Amino acid sequence: MIVNDKKLPDLPPPASTVGLVGWMRTNLFSSPTYTVLTLIVAYLLWITVIPAIQWAFINADWAGDSRDACTSGGACWVFIGARFNQFIYGFYPETEYWRIDVLFVMLAILIAALVYEGTPKRGWISAFTLIVFPIIAFFLLYGGSFGLEVVETHKWGGLSLTLVLALVGIVASLPIGVLLALGRRSEMPVVRSFCTVFIEMWRGVPLITILFMASVMLPLFAPEEIDFDKLLRALIGITLFQSAYMAEVIRGGLQAIPKGQYEAADALGLSYWKKMGLIVLPQALKIMIPGIVNTFIALFKDTSLVLIIGLFDLLAIVQAALSDPKWLGYSIEGYTFVAFVFWVFCFGMSRYSQFLERKLHTGHGAR
Amino acid sequence: MPTDVKNGVAPSSKPKFWNDPEKRALLFQILMILTILGFFAYIISNALFNLEKRGITTGFDFLGQAAGFEILLTLIPFDATYSFGRTFIIGLLNTLLVSVLGIILATVIGFIMGIARLSQNWLINKVATAYIEIFRNIPLLLQIFFWYFAVLQPLPSPRQSIEIGSAFLNNRGFYIPWPEFHPAFMFVTIAFAIAVVAVIFLVKWNHKRQDETGQTFPVFRAALALLIGLPLIVYFLAGSPMTWDYPALKGFNFRGGATIIPELMALLIALSVYTGTFIAEIVRSGILAVSKGQSEAAHALGLNNSRTLRLIVVPQAMRVIIPPLTSQYLNLIKNSSLATAIGYPDLVSVFMGTTLNQTGQAIEIIFMTMAVYLTINLLVSLFMNWYNKRMSLVER
Repeated sequence: MIVNDKKLPDLPPPASTVGLVGWMRTNLFSSPTYTVLTLIVAYLLWITVIPAIQWAFINADWAGDSRDACTSGGACWVFIGARFNQFIYGFYPETEYWRIDVLFVMLAILIAALVYEGTPKRGWISAFTLIVFPIIAFFLLYGGSFGLEVVETHKWGGLSLTLVLALVGIVASLPIGVLLALGRRSEMPVVRSFCTVFIEMWRGVPLITILFMASVMLPLFAPEEIDFDKLLRALIGITLFQSAYMAEVIRGGLQAIPKGQYEAADALGLSYWKKMGLIVLPQALKIMIPGIVNTFIALFKDTSLVLIIGLFDLLAIVQAALSDPKWLGYSIEGYTFVAFVFWVFCFGMSRYSQFLERKLHTGHGAR
Repeated sequence: MPTDVKNGVAPSSKPKFWNDPEKRALLFQILMILTILGFFAYIISNALFNLEKRGITTGFDFLGQAAGFEILLTLIPFDATYSFGRTFIIGLLNTLLVSVLGIILATVIGFIMGIARLSQNWLINKVATAYIEIFRNIPLLLQIFFWYFAVLQPLPSPRQSIEIGSAFLNNRGFYIPWPEFHPAFMFVTIAFAIAVVAVIFLVKWNHKRQDETGQTFPVFRAALALLIGLPLIVYFLAGSPMTWDYPALKGFNFRGGATIIPELMALLIALSVYTGTFIAEIVRSGILAVSKGQSEAAHALGLNNSRTLRLIVVPQAMRVIIPPLTSQYLNLIKNSSLATAIGYPDLVSVFMGTTLNQTGQAIEIIFMTMAVYLTINLLVSLFMNWYNKRMSLVER
């Protein structure tokens, strides 16, 4: 009988389960069905992705200022380069570009400060972003005071107009959404039914019909003397639409606050507005941020609809540039550029909201 | 009241009416009703004044007048002599057409991609993730433009069509063969109806037998054989009462078969690809919501994989999936109104676009259009509530 009192060294795992081969066996070729599927998908990727990369990068033309520079047969990014200023600033006078640049930088700094966890006084910064920044932005963009030249709104366009629409939509709809959400949860039947009907009506119809309504019917409903600006009409439509969606997000947040909080505030003798403003909303707003970011993403994508009522946002201005006889036939480049810009914004925001959700989701069943 | 106590005055037993929450609420609501009524009276009087000044008569009389324009795609007969009221029906039918087709396609794409997203296969998993992350972060309108202006319009003209079997793809549309039914085809339809009834009885009989004896019958295969076999036998007995109408190039364009116009194709592809991403995420979260213990328990009871999936996992996942899925369907119906940007003749494009421009009856037309979408929303919500009630867990 052989007795071994020393532990024998572990045998190495079979060669087919470690390293690249092992990884491929478990992740790509674990069963006959998976093997076939992997091969089919790999083939499809091979015939689509490789030509796409060749078109977009390897065979592409980057430098130049007219279509004559596009000779390699791939993507003609020269088109984007030549029209870049227009795509960003619209028809804004070239000498005044610095005003938009200042706003871009301010916005970037504010957002960076809000996103970064360690910034002191984030509450004040968010209040500044929501209340003071829009006012500064209006005076800078429109001008007319502080010795700035007036730039009419029909000259606004491109990415800057897209951002104006989205930011005004979100900033204006936030307070209206709070009021609507509180109203929908109110105990007064008139207030509750009015808010419910208002919310469901705007949520039940497509944004296009609201934009149409804002552009066709607002001038009918307003007294003769008032002449609504086209941009203002679009903004009113977007705000009405967005506030209904915002109200539902906020209602979700309000419902998530435990009843004890409401009752404790009542027991302390706080009035309705003090109860909401000091106890409920500060807690609710914090958990609503992911939802608000998600509706903002939807709104950001939806701003492209203003093209239909004749405003030149990023998509519309590229669409217009595509019909320029000097640059005919570069529609794929144009759309790819717009898609890329929208994608970067939306993907970034959705990642941020997922991060927040994970952070708030502490407790049981953490993912 | 603290102030009262400080001043030495006894607190009055009857509070002032503005301190009584009930009366205050009543007053507030009356004020609110008055404000709303005042607001409406104000804008209506403005509207009446403005309409009179522009010489537009209000009312729905315009619906009876002759339209005087043609529409690209009509499911029911239409030409310029039909009324404006008819344009409303045409637009509504076209909206429903693209919505129904879009919902079917988006559901198929969404379920495949949602399951692929959970696949153990690394490559399939990553492809599904890439699809979802790319397409849901790009505006739908841009995707519609891309398919329409960058993919379908540069296709060759009818003479150089791309041939796919006996179907043809060119810049005028997609021409496909279309079945032509002869009167005797009725027998096949009847046979199919009989098969459906038979399958229903078969399923019931199987349930009963399983309850009584514990034995099962391969219902699925039998049902499939009934549903396909019976109509097929009748079809050949009736002497093949159906022929295919093939598209053929005549002159400058194709004749025969059926045509899918490029506007419809672009809209359909964009809508289903875009909505498919959201459905995929819903399906994924629905399947993940069924805890692993459920399928482990089913396996422990001796159910095989397909039965576990069919009897245990899917019914529970569907309960989570259906409510958000319906709201995606509603979004798709509402998003189909983007058709107007590429000229697909849907309700918004035909009625709110062309008819409004021709008649100038802005208020009536916009209200009618909004009412259609609101009604669809309401009907689907009612159905959803009914379904939720039926599917919700019966808790003891």
